[in-house]
Amino acid sequence: MAVKLLLEKAHVEGIRTYDVYRREGGYRAVEKALKSMSPEAIVEEVKKSGLRGRGGAGFPTGMKWSFIAKPEGVPRHLVCNADESEPGTFKDRYLMEFIPHLLIEGLIISSFALGSNATYIYIRGEYAWIPDILEQAIAEAKANGWLGKNILGTGFDCEIYVQRGAGAYICGEETALIESLEGKRGNPRIKPPFPAVKGVWDRPTVVNNVETLAAVVPIINLTGEEYAKIGVGRSTGTKLISACGNINKPGVYEIDMTISVEEFIYSDEYCGGIANGKRLKACIPGGSSVPILPANLLFKTAKGETRYMNYESLSDGGFATGSMMGSGGFIVLDEDQCVVKHTYTLARFYRHESCGQCSPCREGTGWMEKILKNIDTGKGKMSDIDLLWDIQRKIEGNTICPLGDAAAWPVAAAIRHFRDEFEWHVLNPEESQVRNFGLAHYADAREVVA
Amino acid sequence: MTKFSDEKLAKVQEIIARYPDGKQKSALLPVLHLAQEEFGWLSSDTMDYVASLLSIEPIEVYEVATFYSMYNLQPVGRYTFEVCQTGPCMIKGSDDIISYIEQKLNIKPGQTTEDGMFTLKTVECLGACGYAPMMQMGKFYKEHLTKEKVDAIIDECRKTAAANN
Repeated sequence: MAVKLLLEKAHVEGIRTYDVYRREGGYRAVEKALKSMSPEAIVEEVKKSGLRGRGGAGFPTGMKWSFIAKPEGVPRHLVCNADESEPGTFKDRYLMEFIPHLLIEGLIISSFALGSNATYIYIRGEYAWIPDILEQAIAEAKANGWLGKNILGTGFDCEIYVQRGAGAYICGEETALIESLEGKRGNPRIKPPFPAVKGVWDRPTVVNNVETLAAVVPIINLTGEEYAKIGVGRSTGTKLISACGNINKPGVYEIDMTISVEEFIYSDEYCGGIANGKRLKACIPGGSSVPILPANLLFKTAKGETRYMNYESLSDGGFATGSMMGSGGFIVLDEDQCVVKHTYTLARFYRHESCGQCSPCREGTGWMEKILKNIDTGKGKMSDIDLLWDIQRKIEGNTICPLGDAAAWPVAAAIRHFRDEFEWHVLNPEESQVRNFGLAHYADAREVVA
Repeated sequence: MTKFSDEKLAKVQEIIARYPDGKQKSALLPVLHLAQEEFGWLSSDTMDYVASLLSIEPIEVYEVATFYSMYNLQPVGRYTFEVCQTGPCMIKGSDDIISYIEQKLNIKPGQTTEDGMFTLKTVECLGACGYAPMMQMGKFYKEHLTKEKVDAIIDECRKTAAANN
């Protein structure tokens, strides 16, 4: 049975309420941290745990925390990034909706560790009903002495506020999020200075994802050392995966990172296999911006080793034959799906979400969308495929923030692995409008495995 | 004359108090949400009013209101259907749902029905990929959409509107 650290109690009747959450052992970690640990000791514990940012970048959380500047007399802030917007990703929503006190508990401990007396949860505007759930949990926590002035007699004061965004993927990038929290357009800032030195209102700031901050609770309860024993290598602890697409059981699953991709897709405990008895064609394992993998590279790496659901194994082979863990947004495509059309919708997404600050991204995403639309609708030319390749190369690495890379990678990977499907569209403009390319030589992974 | 109710004005003060002194501009996004709730959309009068409430320049409000996709810069219908069309929803048939709504309401994305009841919009990923196809209607999501479900939602909206008129 898989280890569950975050969602173990998510299905307990009434867990959204303080009383039930507390009865189930909630807020023990706050007690332990605030009464028996120093802020520095908490940072050390998080370092030992090996916890990596769960929003997509996978940067070690304890290290990020240790960078926060502490100039005399300047307030510091923790900001929780709940701007979950990467296509395929809906795990933070699940956590906030079903077990909100876990996030609040993680926020209190993390605020104490970082010295944040005013902590903000920046949540995407479309999740319009969730702020009510979070504010209810905050009010209950405060009424029970876990927030407010002099928490547990430690002299530590903390308030948590919820701020709604208003529809902008870019605000998931931490400096854009900070701009937005300051009441501005979500234009990412040039780094350095990093938020740890100059963040919100020019004060030292740490921005962490919802799942990352929730994971601080089991780290304190278990100790960092014990947490690090779960999982494998540098993929410690558990990870929430939101699975969608052509599978029998879409949803949010907590995995320890030792299971194989094949088990994740076919086990009844997780995705339950491909829907309608279809065969698997491809998968985007970590949110729309990570490279798509054809079935034959999904269950086995290029070296023929089993591919596992963890940071290292998913990226095995680099971008040539691997992908990334990313945000854990797991999108499965069956044999009836068109990679060209799917890539077109993603290109449209990134064009829509580009903030427009950097010309390679602002112009390049628009070009990619137009060209992909042409190919998809049977109006493409063979030279368009090379043009697409050229454009994505010119975006990648040439923008202030990673949105440019995020827009370039899916296009690059689609061409890298499915070039013949693009060519088939160009060569068969009429036929491609009435039927799909299908699997062709990307045999079902299970056949390859056998 | 654009003006918030006393209750909303108190809410504005409560929001401003969340930020350090002099950083009341941080309240801009939440206050624009309040304004849209109250007035349905953000006219330039409304945006100027919000600027005055936060002691910032009107241009600071315009540049934000035009950046974020959730702010309506023109009037919308009583109910807005914002149907997601990004990859994971497309796989699950969002194109069919969009054409069905277009046909049923006789409007294209971006348009409002003549009776002012419904606005249709296509949007990009709303974070409900496992429950696709889906749309946002006001504060909530409508998920696992089918043609029958769309029919039921439209009927329900019409009934609710008739009951409240």
